[in-house]
Amino acid sequence: PGGTTKTRRPDNTAFKQQRLPAWQPFLTAGTVLPTFFIIGLIFIPIGIGIFVTSNNIREIEGNVFMYYGLSNFYQNHRRYVKSRDDSQLNGDRSALLNPSKECEPYRRNEDKPIAPCGAIANSMFNDTLELFLVANESDPTLMLIPLKRRGIAWWTDKNVKFRNPPGTESLKERFKDTTHPVNWLKPVYELDPEDEDNNGFINEDFIVWMRTAALPTFRKLYRLIERKNDLHPTLPAGRYYLNITYNYPVHSFDGRKRMILSTVSWMGGKNPFLGIAYITIGSISFLLGVVLLVINHKYRNSSNTADITI
Amino acid sequence: MFCSKKKLLEVERIVKANDREYNEKFQYADNRIHTSKYNILTFLPINLFEQFQRVANAYFLFLLILQLIPEISSLTWFTTIVPLVLVITMTAVKDATDDYFRHKSDNQVNNRQSEVIIDSKLQNEKWMNVKVGDIVKLENNQFVAADLLLLSSSEPHGLCYIETAELDGETNLKVRHALSVTSELGADISRLARFDGIVVCEAPNNKLDKFMGVLSWKDSKHSLDNQKIILRGCILRNTSWCFGMVIFAGPDTKLMQNSGKTKFKRTSIDRLMNTLVLWIFGFLVCLGIILAIGNSIWENQVGGQFRTFLFWSEGEKSSVFSGFLTFWSYIIILNTVVPISLYVSVEVIRLGHSYFINWDRKMYYSGKATPAEARTTTLNEELGQIEYIFSDKTGTLTQNIMTFKKCSINGKIYGEVHDDVERKKEITKKKESVDFSVRSQAKGTFQLFDHSLMESIKLGDPQVHEFLRLLALCHTVMSEENNAGQLIYQVQSPDEGALVTAARNFGFIFKSRTPETITIEELGTLVTYQLLAFLDFNNIRKRMSVIVRNPAGQIKLYSKGADTILFEKLHPSNEGLLSLTSDHLSEFAGEGLRTLAIAYRELDDKYFQEWHKMLEDANAAMDKRDERISGLYEEIESDLMLLGATAIEDKLQEGVIETVTSLSLANIKIWILTGDKQETAINIGYACNMLTDDMNDVFVISGNTAVEVREELRKAKENLFGQNRSFSNGHVVSENKQQLELDSVVEETITGDYALVINGHSLAHALESDVKKDLLELACLCKTVVCCRVTPLQKAQVVELVKKHRNAVTLAIGDGANDVSMIKSAHIGVGISGQEGLQAVLASDYSFAQFRYLQRLLLVHGRWSYFRMCKFLCYFFYKNFAFTLVHFWFGFFCGFSAQTVYDQWFITLFNIVYTSLPVLAMGIFDQDVSDQNSMDCPQLYEPGQLNLLFNKRKFFICVAHGIYTSLVLFFIPFGAFYNMVGEDGQHVADYQSFAVTMATSLVIVVSVQIALDTSYWTVINHVFIWGSIATYFSILFAMHSNGIYEVFPNQFPFVGNAWHSLNQKCIWLIILLTTVASVIPVVTFRFLKMHLYPSLSDQIRWWQKAQKKAKPTSRRRPQTRRSSSRRSGYSFAHQEGYGELITSGKNMRVKNPPPTSGLEKTLYNSTSWIENLCKKTTDTVNSFSQDKAVKL
Repeated sequence: PGGTTKTRRPDNTAFKQQRLPAWQPFLTAGTVLPTFFIIGLIFIPIGIGIFVTSNNIREIEGNVFMYYGLSNFYQNHRRYVKSRDDSQLNGDRSALLNPSKECEPYRRNEDKPIAPCGAIANSMFNDTLELFLVANESDPTLMLIPLKRRGIAWWTDKNVKFRNPPGTESLKERFKDTTHPVNWLKPVYELDPEDEDNNGFINEDFIVWMRTAALPTFRKLYRLIERKNDLHPTLPAGRYYLNITYNYPVHSFDGRKRMILSTVSWMGGKNPFLGIAYITIGSISFLLGVVLLVINHKYRNSSNTADITI
Repeated sequence: MFCSKKKLLEVERIVKANDREYNEKFQYADNRIHTSKYNILTFLPINLFEQFQRVANAYFLFLLILQLIPEISSLTWFTTIVPLVLVITMTAVKDATDDYFRHKSDNQVNNRQSEVIIDSKLQNEKWMNVKVGDIVKLENNQFVAADLLLLSSSEPHGLCYIETAELDGETNLKVRHALSVTSELGADISRLARFDGIVVCEAPNNKLDKFMGVLSWKDSKHSLDNQKIILRGCILRNTSWCFGMVIFAGPDTKLMQNSGKTKFKRTSIDRLMNTLVLWIFGFLVCLGIILAIGNSIWENQVGGQFRTFLFWSEGEKSSVFSGFLTFWSYIIILNTVVPISLYVSVEVIRLGHSYFINWDRKMYYSGKATPAEARTTTLNEELGQIEYIFSDKTGTLTQNIMTFKKCSINGKIYGEVHDDVERKKEITKKKESVDFSVRSQAKGTFQLFDHSLMESIKLGDPQVHEFLRLLALCHTVMSEENNAGQLIYQVQSPDEGALVTAARNFGFIFKSRTPETITIEELGTLVTYQLLAFLDFNNIRKRMSVIVRNPAGQIKLYSKGADTILFEKLHPSNEGLLSLTSDHLSEFAGEGLRTLAIAYRELDDKYFQEWHKMLEDANAAMDKRDERISGLYEEIESDLMLLGATAIEDKLQEGVIETVTSLSLANIKIWILTGDKQETAINIGYACNMLTDDMNDVFVISGNTAVEVREELRKAKENLFGQNRSFSNGHVVSENKQQLELDSVVEETITGDYALVINGHSLAHALESDVKKDLLELACLCKTVVCCRVTPLQKAQVVELVKKHRNAVTLAIGDGANDVSMIKSAHIGVGISGQEGLQAVLASDYSFAQFRYLQRLLLVHGRWSYFRMCKFLCYFFYKNFAFTLVHFWFGFFCGFSAQTVYDQWFITLFNIVYTSLPVLAMGIFDQDVSDQNSMDCPQLYEPGQLNLLFNKRKFFICVAHGIYTSLVLFFIPFGAFYNMVGEDGQHVADYQSFAVTMATSLVIVVSVQIALDTSYWTVINHVFIWGSIATYFSILFAMHSNGIYEVFPNQFPFVGNAWHSLNQKCIWLIILLTTVASVIPVVTFRFLKMHLYPSLSDQIRWWQKAQKKAKPTSRRRPQTRRSSSRRSGYSFAHQEGYGELITSGKNMRVKNPPPTSGLEKTLYNSTSWIENLCKKTTDTVNSFSQDKAVKL
C-alpha cells in the first residue's frame, strides 16, 4: 500500500463511518405505560399533600408574615420596569449625581438628580400599617404588636445589589447634591426614622418595593411578627385593630390594597393552585396510562408481533 | 463577469490570421476564462451586498436598526448583533475560500502552455494569452486550447484525429480534415507565419456539430464546415502535430458556451423554509397587531388612570401612537420565532453530512484511490428526495471497455467456463487463462479462459480458421506501427477493435491495408487479400461485408451483422447450424453480451463480374440509384454460409445492475441521456436491466420533423392507453372524455411497464413548446426513458423540462464535459471522478468514482440527511414557538407593554448556547434505521420523495405543539405565582423569579423534548444534552452571582436570583409540573401513532431491535438475476462512411507503404477499376443512408 493511497482512504473510525455505539430508545408499551402510571401515582399524592398543607395554613403559629397587597398595579410594565438605575442603587457616585437616562422623566428635579431615580422608586408604597391586639373585649386598650422592619429583604439585595454611596460622612451628607423623588414626602436617608442603619438605598421597605412584581396583582412582604419564646401562639385569637396611615392613592387606577397575615409551610405560603394542578395532571397521566393499556392490548397482535417483510 | 464587457451583439465574426492588430478592432474575448466571482478589493463590498440581499440577513439588519430606537427597543442590541455578525462572518469566510479555489483552478487552466506562432517564430505562450487569429501548434495527446480552424497536420491530406469525449462523451476518434490549400502549408513555420487568410464565420454559439464560415485567401474563397474545426476541450490523437488558427477563444469557445451559467442551487427544503419563514412573518405581524391594538386599548382604559405611576414618554402622548410603537417592540421580541441561528444551524448540519459523505469508506474506490466528495455542502437533504435520475452512459454506466467474451463457431461455444461451481472459483482465482505468449503480437491484457479454441486452431479446423480470418478481414480498422515496432490499431468503434484484437490473439493478425488490399498474418504466414468491394455498414442494413480475392484466386464475401438480418440471408442448408447458433445467441444475449452473426459466401468469378457490372450500371444510373444499389447488395449478400457468432461485452461499471434495480425499487426513475447511437444505448438499457423483455412495449421515437415526432408521440400514447384500457377494464369511453381524464389521473391508470427511446433529432423537435407536453406526459408514464444522440445542451433541456413541469427533484450523473450542462441544471449534479477529464467533477455537487456508489449516496446519506434535516426543522420551529409565544401570553398581563418574560441574556443565549448543540447533534448524528437496512429496503426512500417528513402540515403540527408548550409554560407558573409566597416568607412573586422559573422550565422542557426526539443516542448526544442543561445552570448562576454584578451592575440586574429562586421547593415543583404537562401529550400521540399506524421505518426499527436482542445476523440481499433473452442488433458504435475513407485511401500513410510483393503489384495495377467501383459504391451508400434509426 502506497502512502498516497493510505492518505486518501477515509479513516475507519466509528465516528467517521457513523458507527458510533448508540442507545436507540424506542417508545414501547413496556416503557411508556409504566411511566404514565408512575407519574400518576407520584403526582396525585404530591398534589394532595400540597393542597392539604396549603389549606392548613391557618393557625397563626410560628413566625407570622405581614404583607401588603396591591391589585391592578402594573409593576411589570416595560416602561415602569426599566425606569431605574442599578448603578445608582449600588452606590455608584457618578450614577448618583448623573442618573441613567432610563429614569426619565424622574431623573432630575429642579436641576438636582433624583436619588433614587426612576418610576419604580417614585411610586414606592408609603402607607404605614400598625397592628393592635384588642387585649380584652371589655378593655379597650390596644396592644401594639411589635413589627420587625428588618429581615424582609433578600440577603443579596440588601448586601450586594443595594448600597449607599460610599463614605464615612452621614447619609445626609452623602446624598447632599440629590433630591428625593417627586412623590416622596421625605428623602431616602430618612425612610426609617427608628433605625439609623435601615436608611438610604438599603432601606428594606425600599428594596422590597424595588423588586418588581411579575403580575399586576401582587403582594409584598411588609413586616415580620416574630414568634415569642413562650408557648403562646404568635398572634393569639382575639380581636385585632389595623391602623393605616393612608398615603398611597390607588383609587385613580381602580386598584385595591390588602393586608395579609400568613404563616408559611414547607412549600411556602397558601397556594391552592399548585396542589390542584398536580392532582389534575397526575390523574390525566394515570387515565392515559389506562387508555393506552387498553389500546395496546387490543392492537398488540397487529403491530408488535407482526412479521416485517422487507 | 466576462459577459459584461461585450458591448454589441456579435452577428458575424471576422478574423484575420496572424494579425493581432486587425483582430483587436473587434474586441473579441481572449482565451482567459473566469469562473471566480471576486478579487481582493471587490470581495468585501460585493460579498456584503450579496449577503444582505438575502431576506433573512436584511431582516435582521432591520431589526437591529429598530432596536437602536429607544422608544421601541424592547430588547438590547446585543441579542441581535451577536448572532448576525457571527453569521455574516462565517458566510464570508466560506465564500472567500470557495472563490480562492475557483481562482486557483482558473489559473491552472489559464497558465497551460501552448505553442503559438508569434513574430514568425514558434513560441511558448500561456493559454490565456492566446488571441483570436493566432496560429497554434498542437501535439499528440494535447488538449486543444481554443476553437481552431485546422490548417495542416502531420497526417496525409491534412487529416487529424480528435477525441471529443470532453465535449460529447463519445470516445471513438473523429476525423478532421483541413482544406487542401492550407494543408500544403505543412509544418513550414515561415509559410504559416505568412498565412494571412481571413475567416468570416458565424458568431459564437453553443452548437457543437455545426460551423459555417468562409476562408478568403489568395483571392479565392473556401467554404468551411464543422469538419475543419477543432474545438476547445478535444484531445488530439494519433496525429503527431497539427496547426490551427484560433477562431473562438476563451468564453466564446463552444465548450464554454455549452457549459451554461452557474446557478445557485437551492433545495426544496430551502424553498419550503423560505415560504414558512414568510408565513411566520405574517403570523408575527398578526400577533404584533393584536398586541398593538391591545396596547392602545389598555393605554386608553387602564394606563390613562395610572399616569401617576406610569408616565407618558416624551413625544408619545396618544394611545394610538403608543400602540404603533408597541407593534414594533413586539416585532423585535417575537423575532426569535425565526432566529438567525436557524440558518446557521441548517448550514452546520449540512456541512456535517457532507463530511460524512467524504469520510465514507464504502464510497471510496481503491482502484483509483478516490473517495467520494461532497463538493457542494448545501444540498444534502435533497439527496433524500430524488425522483428522477438522468444518467450518462459511457463512462458512467459502462466502462467503455469492449472485450471479446465468447464465440460460437460451427455450433460450438468457445470461451465458456463450465458450470462447475468449484472450477469457476478456481479459475477466477488463478486466472488460468489461455497462454498467448506464443504469439508475438498478442496483446498482453487479453484473457479468454478457454483452451479448446486454441486447440481447434492448432488442429486446423477450417471453420475456425475461416471465422478468425473473417474477423481479421471484415472491418474498418486502420493499423499502424509505433516507434517500438508494436502494431497499433486505430479503431473507430471499440466493438470492432475488440473483434480484430481477438482475431489477432488467436493468430490471425491484421497487419496493414491499402485501398485495394488487406494484409494479414495467418498463423505466422503473411497473406495479402485483394479487396474487391466494400459493402459498408448503415443503420438499415445493419451489416457490413467485404468481397476479397485470396491469393489462390478464390473470391469470397465475408459478412458480419445483426443476427436477425443475417439469418434471413442464409443458405437453406444452414438450418441445423442456424438453430444451434440461435440458441447460443440467446444465451449470450441473456448474459448481456453484444452479439454479431458471422457468415461468408464463396462467389464464382463469373457471377461476381456480372454483379459488378450491374453495380457499375446502377452507379451510373440517374434515377433510383440508391434503391438499385441496395438491391444489388441484397442480392450478393444472400445464400450465405453461417460461420458462427461473436459475443462482446460492453463492460458495465461494477454493480450497475444492482444499483439500478435497487434505485427502481426506491421508486426513482432513471433516464439514460447519451450522445451514443440508438442501438448502443438500447443495448446498455437492456444490459443494466432498465429495459427488460417483460416490458409491455418499448416506444421508439425517431421522426425527423416536428409533425412526425408529435404524431409518433401521440401514437405511442394512444397505444399505451389502448393496451392499458384493454388490460384494465376494457370498456371504452369516448375518446375526448378519456383524454381529459388522462390528464388528471394518468399515473394511476397505467399498469405494466413501458419504455421510451428517443433520438437527438426527434428530441430537438419534441422539446419545442407545443410538443413538449406530449413528450413529458409519455416519458413520465414510462418506466425507462432512453435519449440517444443528444447534445450536451439537449441533455440540460431534458432535465429542465422534467424539473419545471414535474416539480420533481432531479439528479444528473455523468463523467464528461458533455454532461456538464446537465449536471448544472439538475437539482443535484453528480460527477464520476477518477477519469481523465475533470469538467464534470468540477461542475458537480457530488463526485465519486463508481456509479454504484449512487445507491449509497441516495439511500443512506440522502435518506439520513433528509430525515435528520426534517427532524431538526420540526424541533427547531417547535422550540422557538414555545420559547417566544410566552411573550404573547405575558402581554395580556403586563399592559401589552412589550416587556420580555425572560432575562435579556437568556434571550441572547437560548438559541446559540442553551439549546443549539443537542439539536445539532440530532441533526448530524441521528439514525432511525441502520445504513445496511436503508440499503436493503429501498422503499424506505419513499417518504423523502413524497415530502412526508417535513411539509406544511408537519409544520403546523410543530407550531401547534410549540403553542401548546408555551401555554403550559406560561400558565402553570402564572397560576402558581398568583399568590405565591416562598418557604421563608420572603420570596414572593417577583418578576425576576418568575423569569428564572420560566426560563428554567423552558430549558428543561425543550431538553426533554430533544431527548424524546433523538433516536440514536451516541456519546456526543449524551454529552450535548446533559451538557446543555449543565451549561444553562452554570451560566445562570454565574450571571446571577455577586462578582459579575459588581463589575457590570447595569447589565446583570438578576443578582442573587438563581440562588434564591432555585432554593425554593415550590419552584422545582412548578418546573416538574410544567415539564410533565408539556411532554405527556407528545408521548401519548407518538405512542399511539407508532402502534396504530406504524411507518415502514418504525417497523424496521422494531425489527432491528428484535434482531439486536436475538443475535446479529448478516443478511444478504438475493442477487438480482438478469434474464434478458434479447438479441442485440448490429449494435456497433459504428458510423457509416468509413468504407469510403478506406477505399479512397485518404486515411492511409504514404510513407508507410504496404508490403508489396510482385504479385500484389500486378493485382494493384489490374484492379484499378475496382477502386473506382468501390468509390462509387460507397458514395452511393453514403448518400442513401441517412442516419435513420429504426424500431427494433
